[in-house]
Amino acid sequence: MSISTQEPQPPRTSRAREVDGATPGTPDAAPARSTARRRRGPSVPLTPKLVVGLAIVAVTVLFAVVGPFFVADPSRVDDIGLTPPSAEHLLGTTQTGQDVFAQLAYASRGSLIIGLVVGVIALVLSGFFGVVGAYAGGFVDESFSLFSNVMLVIPGLPLVIIISSYVPNKSVWLVAVVLAVTSWAGSARVLRGYTLSVRSRDYVLAARVAGEPPSRVLLVEILPNLVPLLASQAMFAVIFAILGEAGLSFLGLGATGSFTWGTMLYYAQNGLALRLGAWWWFVPPGLMIALFGAALALINFSIDEIINPRLRSQTRRARKRWHLDRPAPVAAGTTDTPTEATA
Amino acid sequence: MTTLEMQDVVKEYHLRDGWRGERLRAVDHVSFTLEPGRTTALVGQSGSGKSTIAKLLMRLESPTSGRILLGGRPVGRSRSAQRAYRSQVQMVFQDPFGSLNPHHTIEHHLARPVALHHPRMSAAQVRSRVLELLTRVRLDPTEEFAARRPHELSGGQRQRVAIARALAPEPGILVADEPVSMLDVSIRLGVLNLLGRLQREENLGVLYITHDLATARHFSDDIMVMYRGSIVERGPADDVLLHPRHEYTQTLRAASPDPERRLAELA
Ligand SMILES: Nc1ncnc2c1ncn2[C@@H]1O[C@H](COP(=O)(O)OP(=O)(O)OP(=O)(O)O)[C@@H](O)[C@H]1O
Ligand SMILES: [Mg+2]
Repeated sequence: MSISTQEPQPPRTSRAREVDGATPGTPDAAPARSTARRRRGPSVPLTPKLVVGLAIVAVTVLFAVVGPFFVADPSRVDDIGLTPPSAEHLLGTTQTGQDVFAQLAYASRGSLIIGLVVGVIALVLSGFFGVVGAYAGGFVDESFSLFSNVMLVIPGLPLVIIISSYVPNKSVWLVAVVLAVTSWAGSARVLRGYTLSVRSRDYVLAARVAGEPPSRVLLVEILPNLVPLLASQAMFAVIFAILGEAGLSFLGLGATGSFTWGTMLYYAQNGLALRLGAWWWFVPPGLMIALFGAALALINFSIDEIINPRLRSQTRRARKRWHLDRPAPVAAGTTDTPTEATA
Repeated sequence: MTTLEMQDVVKEYHLRDGWRGERLRAVDHVSFTLEPGRTTALVGQSGSGKSTIAKLLMRLESPTSGRILLGGRPVGRSRSAQRAYRSQVQMVFQDPFGSLNPHHTIEHHLARPVALHHPRMSAAQVRSRVLELLTRVRLDPTEEFAARRPHELSGGQRQRVAIARALAPEPGILVADEPVSMLDVSIRLGVLNLLGRLQREENLGVLYITHDLATARHFSDDIMVMYRGSIVERGPADDVLLHPRHEYTQTLRAASPDPERRLAELA
């Protein structure tokens, strides 16, 4: 299955004759095929990459949404510090006897919320400044593009450090907004470039000629082309946000009183978990970050293959198949394909 | 009926080349009139400005100087004036593979212009008009074609859809920018004959842009020859082709195969 929109041989159940003047036998298209396929829109190829990525994301999201309802209070201090995993504490306890599994559940929720909020804000900002600017053209495009370029070079980390030194009690939202504001510009540029190319396509011009109002041209004719790109850019924004938040929290600059994967690592680091060999404390959040990031990256690769079908056939497996299809050379020198210089 | 007139139109593009701006005059003081019931061919080499004229007529570009008059009157800038203009002047694009949106059904492509230009039609009326348009361009069974997407049609069928879309607002003037150049030779004549028949039935004024002198002569009343942005020769089709005066037309004539033979090849 592929999503390519160019079918080399359109299925035809009936023959529309070239009536006017042409000789009746002139072929208009490939011969009629009896199978008429009816597809609602492009279908997405379910590659192993995509399935694995989606599965990991689904499990993580489920854990983050449902997990906190079933675990004990993650901040409850106990006098059983640093116990290894057991039946009672699935992932052991921290130095102060807090349940790591409970913390992990809340931390997943916290990290995913940050990722989601940043993803949505970055999507809206990059869509507005990239797509609308490119579509409007002229002065609007120039100024939007200049603004994006300025935002692109504002470094996120120093900005957050400055903000955190001014604001003593940072909420999760503040961190999310700062991360979003510093992360949308790159994708706005990508979206602008693609919108510029879609904008000048004939079917967009044809819609304008037909009299479609500009807003409808943008929403109905242009936007469907941008959906895969928007999805992939949003995915990147989520990865960036989760990693960025983890980095900030690890440096102790995160939101106050929040649970995220980054804060868990920060407390593990402060509690000398590594030196004390308490792997159950720092491995789970680290693993979650790595797995979730990898899963989003996998989904992103699949989306890239949808956008650019040329990437799809470039896998090693596909290339091996081509070699199998090619008839084996009988003897060197008699084959018509020139043999590469191997000596 | 309405006439469409270009009066002394100039279109310049600014090519930005580093700091220096350079100007390219794509259309150079061009004037002509399209009348109902007459087909005018516009021939010329690649890059001579033919598509630019089509874009100017469709108001996808605005002229640097000069005027475009519909029915003797300049066109207003307001949205309703634009819409009124577009219900009179329509266009068939060159590339049937690029001019239909792969995300939408054929019905969408036809229903939108119908609905836009006939705001008082009910959904059912719009649909029956869509089916009627499909019949007019000989895409039968209409119901089935309406539900398809562009990639499920052949090039010739797509171009018929594009023609149907251009006819949807019931225009008086049709601009066809190389409507068959992207199609297989064997089906070109079918599409051209369809255009010719619709032109007669609706009494359309057609601007037929082409490279092909043979079809230009066969399908048009008048021919205009364009060279580097200006029209160097014009007149009744046979006159221009049989007794070319401008030297560019002569080379064009010499370079193209014998029109009669070429037409026989197409058929
Ligand atoms: N948007 C644009 N910006 C700058 N230059 C342009 C633009 N569009 C067209 N041109 C230039 O204007 C000239 C005329 O182009 P046009 O597309 O009208 O040629 P044409 O006669 O339609 O050619 P063809 O037969 O190949 O379609 C060309 O030199 C082209 O490079
Ligand atoms: Mg052209």
